[in-house]
Amino acid sequence: MDLSAINPILLIAAMIAASTPILLAAIGELVVERAGVLNLGVEGMMITGAVCGFIITVNTGSPTVGFIAAAVGGAVLSLLFAFLTQVALANQVASGLALTLFGLGLSALMGQSYVGIKPPRTEATPLGPLADIPVIGPIVFGHDMIVYLGLAIVAATWATLKFTRVGLVLRAVGENHDAAHALGYKVKRIRTAAIFFGGACAGLGGAYISLIRVPQWTEGMTAGVGWIALALVVFASWKPWRVLLGAYLFGGITQLQLNLQGAGVAIPVEYLAMSPYIVTIIVLVILSSDKSRAPGSLGRTFHASG
Amino acid sequence: MIRLEKRPQPSATMSWATPLLAVVATMIFGGALFAALGKDPIEAILTIFWEPLFGEFSFFYRPQLLIKGAPLVLIAIGLALGFKAGIWNIGAEGQYIVGAICGAGAGLAFYPTESIFIFPLMILAGALGGCLWALIPGFLKVRFGTNEILVSLMLVYVAEQLLASMSLGLLKNPEGFGFPGSRNLQQYPSAHNAEIITNTGMHWGVVAALIAVIFSYVLLTRHRLGFAIRVTGEAPRAAKFGGVNPARLILFCLGMSGLLAGLAGMFEVAGPSGQISIDFNVGYGFTAIIVAFLGRLNPLGIVAAGLLMALTYIGGDIAQSQLGLPAAAIQVFQGMLLFFLLALDVLTNYRVRFGTGEVA
Repeated sequence: MDLSAINPILLIAAMIAASTPILLAAIGELVVERAGVLNLGVEGMMITGAVCGFIITVNTGSPTVGFIAAAVGGAVLSLLFAFLTQVALANQVASGLALTLFGLGLSALMGQSYVGIKPPRTEATPLGPLADIPVIGPIVFGHDMIVYLGLAIVAATWATLKFTRVGLVLRAVGENHDAAHALGYKVKRIRTAAIFFGGACAGLGGAYISLIRVPQWTEGMTAGVGWIALALVVFASWKPWRVLLGAYLFGGITQLQLNLQGAGVAIPVEYLAMSPYIVTIIVLVILSSDKSRAPGSLGRTFHASG
Repeated sequence: MIRLEKRPQPSATMSWATPLLAVVATMIFGGALFAALGKDPIEAILTIFWEPLFGEFSFFYRPQLLIKGAPLVLIAIGLALGFKAGIWNIGAEGQYIVGAICGAGAGLAFYPTESIFIFPLMILAGALGGCLWALIPGFLKVRFGTNEILVSLMLVYVAEQLLASMSLGLLKNPEGFGFPGSRNLQQYPSAHNAEIITNTGMHWGVVAALIAVIFSYVLLTRHRLGFAIRVTGEAPRAAKFGGVNPARLILFCLGMSGLLAGLAGMFEVAGPSGQISIDFNVGYGFTAIIVAFLGRLNPLGIVAAGLLMALTYIGGDIAQSQLGLPAAAIQVFQGMLLFFLLALDVLTNYRVRFGTGEVA
């Protein structure tokens, strides 16, 4: 074992990068759940985003176009979920599972001729001299665009939910859809928009894994990150800033166990690889005593009886 | 304008018709998908649904129907109990893996002793392993109110890592020239889940699946506990006033579904698959979710749905080797089936009305 091989500054920088996919998926799901919809298809939308982003980046050579394609891919898939739950009024748990199963199959089908290819590198954002500041430079200013985009989305979501009319309407729909309907808000339209946003965020998060974290395409490569993101929303009590905190915690553990694997700690690799999932369970247990923060209409089907 | 009007009672006709409609719709859209992949859609659909049953080599494929159908039915029967009560165990894949590890471990512990007690012991170990693995989310839900969906799913990933660790470590074949994977149980007569009647595919897992179907049918239609499950799913508050103990019901549903998934894993590892290896599991635990819904959470429906799903697996394999259809296409096909089922289910609970209604 050689712990001195781990450079703490690079470790923290890597932790921030590792938490970005979880952060993106979780902030999207947070908006969906604040609108009163439980979409268990995050994993399916992430993997679809991962494969869309990968294919487009390889073919166009531009990661930016790839990330846009990933967001579109995730969002389009989420519309299937929106159709099932908002138009066909299907059970949200079952529809979400269907979305995940379908997404995993679809991505495997789309990506089969892309296995083993290396995508073009996504460059770090040129922040010039800022990145050269010792210690703080690499940790805060040495990242790619998507890391900052993730942070910006969290801030924007927080501000929108807290200060704007749109946010108020969204929360009203999530807390009590009957009351919101009686006030004249288009419950289904608002929820569909929220689901769409959640899909786009999940797609971005997936593409971050396939284009930057790994960067390669393999079947089922999101490996449960989508589910961890779902757990994270509960962990965060449906609050944006706590999603950020939680994402850093989970991303940190994922990165730390990878570094420990690399440093040759005397724990078998498989048991280290289990740790993010076990920590998720433990955190869920600690925090699930307080359910009072959950949106009132979460998971319930809305049908306006005329 | 199309409007939906809630039916006072779910339509009984539609409840049976929607799975059939969903299969037809999936065939049409699946055919379109196959055409998009450059295959003849009619030929592909026929290869998947006709070839295994009535084709030239059907004598070889028909037994596969039981081999692949049994684990699906076994797992889906357990899942359906929980789904009916609104208890969502979606980690059957993990319970299946742990059942297989425990079952195989119990057998291999006695290698090379031959005894008629070894196989029953393995069955017990497999059932217990799956049951305990599923009781983790059950216990956490009862004690701390933790969401069972997320915990049971997290445990799938933990079980997969455990499987890797076992096939590289504790259960690794000492005479396997360093390759990962356990000893082959098919070459250990006392532990082998052999065919009961040769060339029929009929092994002990099929028997267990049949028993599970009968058991769950009786439970749901004739027993107080089955009634409690149904009431809890349809009206949780009424169930509480009626004296149903929700904690006990959660533990029963999760424990029972884990037990059946564990059994499925054990019968698979001792029979058709033969050894614990890193990629021993093939996703039956997730496909069984589709089977449970397609069978309308009804034991007899699940048998039909399980056989249909088994058919798509076998037909998919044939289409892969004969037409070069990618394996993932079948996965998409199965996912589509669940989509259409959920979408068409609206017809069971709602009437579709055409024409302009009053302003809602």
